[in-house]
Amino acid sequence: MSPVLAIHGLNVDYPVRAGVLSSRRHRAVTAIDLSIEAGQTVALVGESGSGKTSVARAIVGLAPISAGSIEVNGLVLDRHGTARLRQVRQTVQMVFQQPGGSLDPRMSVGQTIAEPLLYLSHMPAAAMRARVSELLELVGLGEQHRTRRPRELSGGQRQRVAIARAIAISPSLVICDEPTSSLDVSVQAQIINLLSRLQQELHLAYLFISHDLGVVRQIADVTAVMHLGQIVETGPTDRVLDAPRDDYTRSLLSAVPAIDRATEVT
Amino acid sequence: MSLAAAAPLLHVDGLSVDIRTESGAVAVVETVSFSIAAGRTLGLVGESGCGKSVTALAMTRLLPEPPARIAAGQIRLDGQDLVALPERELERIRGSRISMIFQDPLAALNPVRSVGFQISEPLRAHRRMNGRDAMKRAAELLAQVGIPDPAYNVKRYPHELSGGMRQRVLIAAALACDPDILIADEPTTALDVTVQAQILGLVRAETERRGLAVLLVTHDLAVASTIADRIQVMYGGTIVERGNTKDVLGSPNHPYTRGLLDSVPTVRKKLTPLRAIPGSPEGVAAIHRGCRFAPRCAHAIERCAAVEPPLVEVDLGHESRCWVFAPPKATA
Repeated sequence: MSPVLAIHGLNVDYPVRAGVLSSRRHRAVTAIDLSIEAGQTVALVGESGSGKTSVARAIVGLAPISAGSIEVNGLVLDRHGTARLRQVRQTVQMVFQQPGGSLDPRMSVGQTIAEPLLYLSHMPAAAMRARVSELLELVGLGEQHRTRRPRELSGGQRQRVAIARAIAISPSLVICDEPTSSLDVSVQAQIINLLSRLQQELHLAYLFISHDLGVVRQIADVTAVMHLGQIVETGPTDRVLDAPRDDYTRSLLSAVPAIDRATEVT
Repeated sequence: MSLAAAAPLLHVDGLSVDIRTESGAVAVVETVSFSIAAGRTLGLVGESGCGKSVTALAMTRLLPEPPARIAAGQIRLDGQDLVALPERELERIRGSRISMIFQDPLAALNPVRSVGFQISEPLRAHRRMNGRDAMKRAAELLAQVGIPDPAYNVKRYPHELSGGMRQRVLIAAALACDPDILIADEPTTALDVTVQAQILGLVRAETERRGLAVLLVTHDLAVASTIADRIQVMYGGTIVERGNTKDVLGSPNHPYTRGLLDSVPTVRKKLTPLRAIPGSPEGVAAIHRGCRFAPRCAHAIERCAAVEPPLVEVDLGHESRCWVFAPPKATA
């Protein structure tokens, strides 16, 4: 079976404005290889500036590919921009960290969820209405939320709307960029459980970007650790977190504060 | 050092804070009491809107008054009630006896002033130090908070420093006048974990070295557990559980505390599914009669929705506000 996503030797460079005539570039991502199978969750972890978000943005065409290639369901994206982004977006969708910022405040929940259907599918209006109802239910919202605006929703509900919008066109890959970091812990757990359930029901693949190793343990099959633009360690999540081989992974793990619970719940 | 021997330095008694809105006053903090002794750290833990930051801001009377208003209670520093003090007196206390550090050090620092100028500002204001001595002292403070080459770094500007270094600068400024009390509102939330560990270590070391009383406000139980001696869990503007850190986290009593602990994913092992708390934290405008957590609580009984439970001691120095798990002892 061919992977949903295959990244080979990806570099992402950003231009740095140093002067009128200079064209210095800053390399945010260096020679990354990464692949994701259908139905699998791969976590990309690292601290701020490690390049994890740049990788995600390159996949959906929001960051430049300077070298290497990204293959999504057989469509090849490289620096020549071979595949059209419109085609890529038929199969790859994103969920961002700040649902407040990624939802249009003037659009109702129903309009927000229907938007990708409007642009990326050829669904008749009645079918679209039915699909929105189905999506609302899938993410644990109800018909009563259809006419609400983002400001009338809690942070957790907003993230549910963003997830419904992302899965609307039945993508095979959803890129989740820190989808729970702006949420309260009690709500974060609901969203993680929701993502796990949707993955099982819809056979989704996730690229899960996070700095929180606890969340990664919960959700990821495979974990790749990024540091200074490179992947320093990749492997099954349990192996990476229980027996890290790289020094940087070890230092990251040892810095995570743990809660000492005398009576560990089993 | 025994708990009983240390006299409380900061003593908050029955603090209530209202915020005036278009539809009337909303109580955001209700009858909160606690005290902190020198050399001790109290962790004030809760989710968004629980009133923890409002409580912290009230300690230095930095709440925007109006629309906020301290409706009741006392905040006593060595017996002096800060609620009754005029602004001029408060200015003498802020930055000299009580200091604060915040979540976003970049927002708390002035972008057009050097680091040294900002660290020395409280020294010039409170200690009447001249510019040159204050700058010299600023460099010493930078060295104390672990910034290398202080003579060079004291002349740099906030945008030239990393997030961790900026937070160290804020800590240096907060400690400049040897305060008795440090209020730290989510001091490591914006930082990466490796930097967070360094900053928490620094706060702990300074607490011990200077005998500071620290109020640590955080949403992160794990962060609180690393440096707090005691933990106080807030929900909906009130304290629902408090006690020694190891008691509250080791044998939590209140369903909310237990729910919070269960919903934190741990690095150590996978829990599937995570035991999430249904619903979301209430907004401040929510009207309540009984226990504020009752609408989300799996154990709620009829009484919970009708009458607010009192804080009851469940173990020595460990209190909880719950009709089911911490019923008041029958009185004769």
